[in-house]
Formats: sequence, C-alpha cells, structure tokens
Amino acid sequence: MTQQEALFEYCLRLGDNGLILGHRLSEWCGHGPILEEDIALTNIALDLIGQCRMALSYAGTVEGKNRSEDDLAYLRDVYEFRNVLLVEQPNGHYGDTITRQFLFDAFNFALHQRLQFSSDEHIVAYARKAIKEITYHARHSSEWMIRLGDGTEESHNKVQESLNDLWMYTGEMFESDEVDQLMVDAGVGVDLKIVKQQWDDSVGTVLAEATLTQPEDGWMQSGGKKGTHSEKLGFLLAEMQFMQRAYPGATW
Amino acid sequence: METSTFTTEAIWHLLEQVKDPEIPVISVVDLGIVRDVQSLSEEGFKVVITPTYSGCPAMNIIEKDILTYLRGQGLQVEVETVLFPAWTTDWISEKGRKNMEAYGIQPPVERTVDKSFLTGGRKTVPCPNCGSKETQMVSQFGSTACKSLYQCQDCREPFDYFKCI
Repeated sequence: MTQQEALFEYCLRLGDNGLILGHRLSEWCGHGPILEEDIALTNIALDLIGQCRMALSYAGTVEGKNRSEDDLAYLRDVYEFRNVLLVEQPNGHYGDTITRQFLFDAFNFALHQRLQFSSDEHIVAYARKAIKEITYHARHSSEWMIRLGDGTEESHNKVQESLNDLWMYTGEMFESDEVDQLMVDAGVGVDLKIVKQQWDDSVGTVLAEATLTQPEDGWMQSGGKKGTHSEKLGFLLAEMQFMQRAYPGATW
Repeated sequence: METSTFTTEAIWHLLEQVKDPEIPVISVVDLGIVRDVQSLSEEGFKVVITPTYSGCPAMNIIEKDILTYLRGQGLQVEVETVLFPAWTTDWISEKGRKNMEAYGIQPPVERTVDKSFLTGGRKTVPCPNCGSKETQMVSQFGSTACKSLYQCQDCREPFDYFKCI
C-alpha cells in the first residue's frame, strides 16, 4: 500500500464516521424526547456532516480520480464504507443514542485533539475546525450519561443496558492496521494506543460519576474500518442514497 | 465604474453592506468571516471567507450574497472558502457584538484564550433584554449551530447566546 492509498483510506474513515453518525442523528429530527434535545441532536448531526464534507472532499483530492464529496457519499456501496460499526448501530431509545454518542465522542475528541498536530496541512485545518465542535458534542453526551445514569432507577437501568449492549463495538475504534501504521509513520495520523489511554480515562471518569458499571472487555466486533458492515448500514444507505439511485445525477 | 478604480479597502467597506442571513443586523465583516480581500493580477478581486461551523448551511447563501452585491456594483469578483485558520468568536467586532446584543442575542462573554468554556466552568451570561445576571442555560444547542438557548430568571424571557468557539 502506498502512502497516498493509505491517506485516502484514512480520510474515508474520518469522513464516513461523521457521515453515518450524522445521518443516524438526523433520523431523530422531529422525534426527540424534548424540543431542546431534538434541536441538539440535529445540530450535532449538522456539525458531523459538515466535518465529513471536508474529510471526503480531501479524500477525493488525494485519490485523484475526480470523485467529489457527493460522489463518495452517494455513489459508494456498503462494502466501500469505512466507518466503525459503532456509528451505524440503530438509534434505539434515547439512552441508546446517547450512549453510542458518548462512546464515540470520547474517541473522536481524543483523536482530533492530536490530528491538530498532523504533518498534513489539510488534516490540520480540518481538525482545528472540527475539535471546537466535537468539544461541545462530548460535553453534551457526557452530561446526559450522568443525568441518565445517576437519575431514576428506570433511567439508570436502561442506560446501563445500552452501555452493556454497545460495549462490544468500542474495541474496533482502537484497532490499528496497515493504514493506521503508515499514517502514524508519516506523522499524518494518530497512534491509537494514545487515543485509547485518553478514552479510558475520560470514559471511566464519566461512568463513575454516572454511577454506571463499566462493562468488562470481552469479544469485540470488528470489520467496519475495512468495509465489513452489519446489515444495518445497508438500510441506512438505502434511505440516504435513494435519490441518486432512483435518479442518477439528479441536481437541484 | 471600472473595477480597476476600486481599492481593496473600498471592497472591505462595501462588504459591510452584506449581512449575515441568520442575523441580519451584523455584516459578514463584523462577524469575522471575511478573512481577506485580494486584488487579482488580471482583473477584479477575490474575497476569502471562512465558515463559522463546518456544517453551517448559510455558507452558500453568504457566498452568493457577496457575489450578487459586489457584482451589482459592477465589480468582477470571486469568492474562495478557506478552513484555516479556523473561525473563532474572538473575530466578531465590537460593533458586531453591540448590534447582536441590541438584536436580542447575547454575544460570547468569554474569549477563547480563556479556556474555561472547555473545562466546563461558566461565566455569567447576562440577559440581553433586562440585563439581569440571573440566567440559566436551557440547552447548549439552539436555533442555529452557533447559538445556545438561555432563559432569564427575572424577566423569564428566553434568549439566544452566541456561544464561544
């Protein structure tokens, strides 16, 4: 694998995480438990999709095959997506959505903090913009974890169950492969071992305050970063890509 | 008038007429999203802008508004969007802050060099309607990406707060 190929893959992973999670959050539009949260989730969706646009348009430039951010978002099939499995998990109830968001935000925050010091100036510009927004996301989801975990018996039990269910998707975020290694060696990407340490700290602190029990690390699901996804992503794409599939090349 | 008779200073001045589509009392210059105006070697000018938030849906409209206004003045102009350095609320001018407050949106009370907004420590956000300091955050996310929702405990009015990034 050349460094250019690795950089393309790396940008797809950054962009696809934002795109898929952003789309999931947008499914809450008009369905939030309270108006403020409806607005919060769609604001976060907007940030993530904005960040995804920067990452995917750069991916297209790096690839050099004239693919735009829209081509990459709407014209790839499921096995070409590089997001982690965590972000494609369905919304479930509000506790499921918040737990998914919290586990991802803590990762995304630690990752982008370090991407600000990448040797690639495009990644630096993207990360310095994104980190400001991700800071607000992480604060929002952490506060909700604490509110739900340390809330009523009902909310505590529900969010504990969400945490137990989603834990097996957390391992994949820190799995390092050839792409990650090439990017770390080039000074472009971030060492995921360091991200994991920070994630452990911040997740542990919030879960303790939320009076939630951190699940034991057991079998971890994996595959999203390489394009092996659950069937859930197919349904998501069927909706997200409907227009371009039904009316190829449609613009307005 | 010929494009060549304009200076970049004149373009900056003209851009004060282009308002933010979401907050029509503040110009794109006062909001700090116009980063540069360059005189092009061949002819005309380039206006460099940067988004407030990565997903800001107003960017396309802002670009169109700038082009429409300046072309309407007979100018040859293009717009470039850059990401770096990332926009910060510190770039909102004093005039912009005053207009915003008069419009009912509380401008950021912190500067980004003061990192308390990251660590969770919050300063008092006064009510733009009655000036009371007894206010409460209802939600970190408001009607647009750049605002939070607050409520005044005294006059009970809800208001937008332009959050610090």
